[in-house]
Amino acid sequence: MRTADEMRASVNLAPRPAAVDPPAVEEEKTKITVRNLDFYYGAARALKNINLSLNDRSITAFIGPSGCGKSTLLRVINRMYALYAGHRATGEVLLDGENILSPTVDVANLRFRVGMVFQKPTPFPMSIFDNVAFGVRLSQRISRSALAERVEAALRDAAMWDEVKDKLSQDGRSLSGGQQQRLCIARTIAMRPEVVLFDEPTAALDPISTLRIEEMLQSLREQYCIAIVTHNLQQAARVSNVTAFLYLGEVIEAGPTAQMFTAPRDKRTDDYVTGRFG
Amino acid sequence: MSRSVVRKATNVIALTLSGAATVAGLICLGAILWTLIKNGFAGLSLQVFTQMTPPPGSSGGLLNAIYGSLIMTAIGILIGTPIGVMAGTYLAEYGRNARISNVIRFVNDVLLSAPSIIVGLFVYEMIVVRMGHFSAIAGAFALAVIAMPVTVRTTEDMLRLVPQGMKDASTALGAYPWRTVVSVVYPAARSGIVTGLLLAVARVSGETAPLLFTSINNQFWSTNLNSEMANLPVVIYQFAQSPYKEWQQLAWTGALLITVAILLLSITARVVVSALQPSRRR
Repeated sequence: MRTADEMRASVNLAPRPAAVDPPAVEEEKTKITVRNLDFYYGAARALKNINLSLNDRSITAFIGPSGCGKSTLLRVINRMYALYAGHRATGEVLLDGENILSPTVDVANLRFRVGMVFQKPTPFPMSIFDNVAFGVRLSQRISRSALAERVEAALRDAAMWDEVKDKLSQDGRSLSGGQQQRLCIARTIAMRPEVVLFDEPTAALDPISTLRIEEMLQSLREQYCIAIVTHNLQQAARVSNVTAFLYLGEVIEAGPTAQMFTAPRDKRTDDYVTGRFG
Repeated sequence: MSRSVVRKATNVIALTLSGAATVAGLICLGAILWTLIKNGFAGLSLQVFTQMTPPPGSSGGLLNAIYGSLIMTAIGILIGTPIGVMAGTYLAEYGRNARISNVIRFVNDVLLSAPSIIVGLFVYEMIVVRMGHFSAIAGAFALAVIAMPVTVRTTEDMLRLVPQGMKDASTALGAYPWRTVVSVVYPAARSGIVTGLLLAVARVSGETAPLLFTSINNQFWSTNLNSEMANLPVVIYQFAQSPYKEWQQLAWTGALLITVAILLLSITARVVVSALQPSRRR
C-alpha cells in the first residue's frame, strides 16, 4: 500500500511535513535582525530589501529555487562575502542589537560568534583532535585539559564521540563523508558560537548520514540560534521552526514552518512548496 | 567500409603511434643511463670519495668536488627556495587577482626558461666583479637564482590545488589569511611543495654554466666560501674535454654520482611524501 506521501508525490505534490509540529519554543528571543539589507555582486543586486529576524534556540530554514539568494543571505550573516572584491552589503544585520555590517566590527571575532558549516565536508589536513580544536585555539587561550574537554564535548554534541574516541590522532580526512561533515559541525560548535549557519549541510551526503545530521540539528537547537539553507523541502519541514521563502533575491514569505508548508499566504510560496516550480 | 571499422582502425593507429613514441623516448633514456653506468661504474672505487681531484696524468678522486657541490647546492637551496615558496604563496593566496601578479608570473616564467649561462653572467657581474674574485658563495647565489623560479611555480600550482572550500572553512572559523595558509593550506599541499623543493634540488645540482662564471673550480680541498670551490658539474665539464684517460674516467664517474644522487633523492622524497600523506577514502 502506498503511503500518503508517495501518493502526493505521484501527483507531483510535495509530501506533507511530518505531522508532529516542531517542539514549541518556550521563549521567543530574537537573536538576529536583518533590516533593509541589499547585497550586490558587482553591479548585480542579489538581495533586495531583506527584512527578517532569527530567533535564538530555534532553527530557521531558508528555502527557494537556485539563485534566489538564500546562500548569499547566509554568507552575509558571518560576513564571508567580505573575502571577495566587489561584493558589498548595505542595510543592517543586528546580532544582539549590534550591527555586524559596520566596518568597525572585527570579522574574526564575529566568526567566533557566528559559525558556519558548508555543503562539502572540509576536514583540515590534521588529526581529528586538532580539527576540532582548530577554532578553539584561535579564539581563546585555554589549558590542555580544558581543550581536551572542549573537544570531547563538541564531538559528543556532534554524535560522533563513540566512533572516534579511540582514533583522535588519526587524520580527519580518513573519515567517511558523513563523519567528515559531523567533524566539521563539531569543529564549529567547539568554539561555542552563538549562531550556527548551515549551507546545505547534507546535500553531498547519503540518506543515513543526512538523517544523523538532522537528528543532531534537533539537539543543537536547544543551545544555538541556527539558520539552514536547504534545497530539500522535506528537510526544511522536518527540522525547522521557522521557514523563510526567498525568490529572486526577496523574502516572499516567512513564518512558522507548519504554516508555511500547509497554509502559505503567498501564491508563489504555495507553488514552490507544492512543487509546481523550483 | 563501415563506420565502426574506421573507428577501430583509428584507435589502433593512435595506440600504435603513441606506444611507439613512448618506446622511442624510453630507448633514448635507457641508452643514456646504460652508457653512464657502463663507463662510470668502471671508475667507481673508495678512492673517488677519499682523494682530491688529481693533476693531469695521475690518479685521484672527487672528494673536493663532491663536497663543493653539496655545499653550494645546500646554500643555494637555502637561499632560493624560501623566497620561492613565499613568492608562490603570494601569487596563489594574497595577490591572486592583483595586476602585479600577472607581471610576476610572466617574469618568473621567463626566468624559469632563461639559459642558465645568463644567470651565471648576471651573478658574475653582480658579485664576482665587485668582489674581485671567484667564490663559492657567488656560485651558491647563482644556484639560488635558478632554484627560485622553479619553486615559485611549483608552490603556486600546488597551493592552487587546495580546495577553496577548505580555505573558506578556515576563514569561517575566524582564521586570518596567514593562519589559514600556515595551518591549513601548507599542510594540505605539503607533498606538492616538498616535491617542488626536490625538483629544484635536482635542477640545481647538475647546473654547470652558472658555476663556470662564479665558483669555477679548485683543484684542492677548500671549505672557504669566499674562494673558488670545486664542484662536480664543472669538474665533469673540464675533465671530459681533457686528453687524459684518468680525468675522462673521473668525469664519467662524477656524472654517474650526480645521476644516482638525484635518483636516490627522488626515491627518498616519494617515500617521505607517502608517509606524510594520510590514507584517504574516496
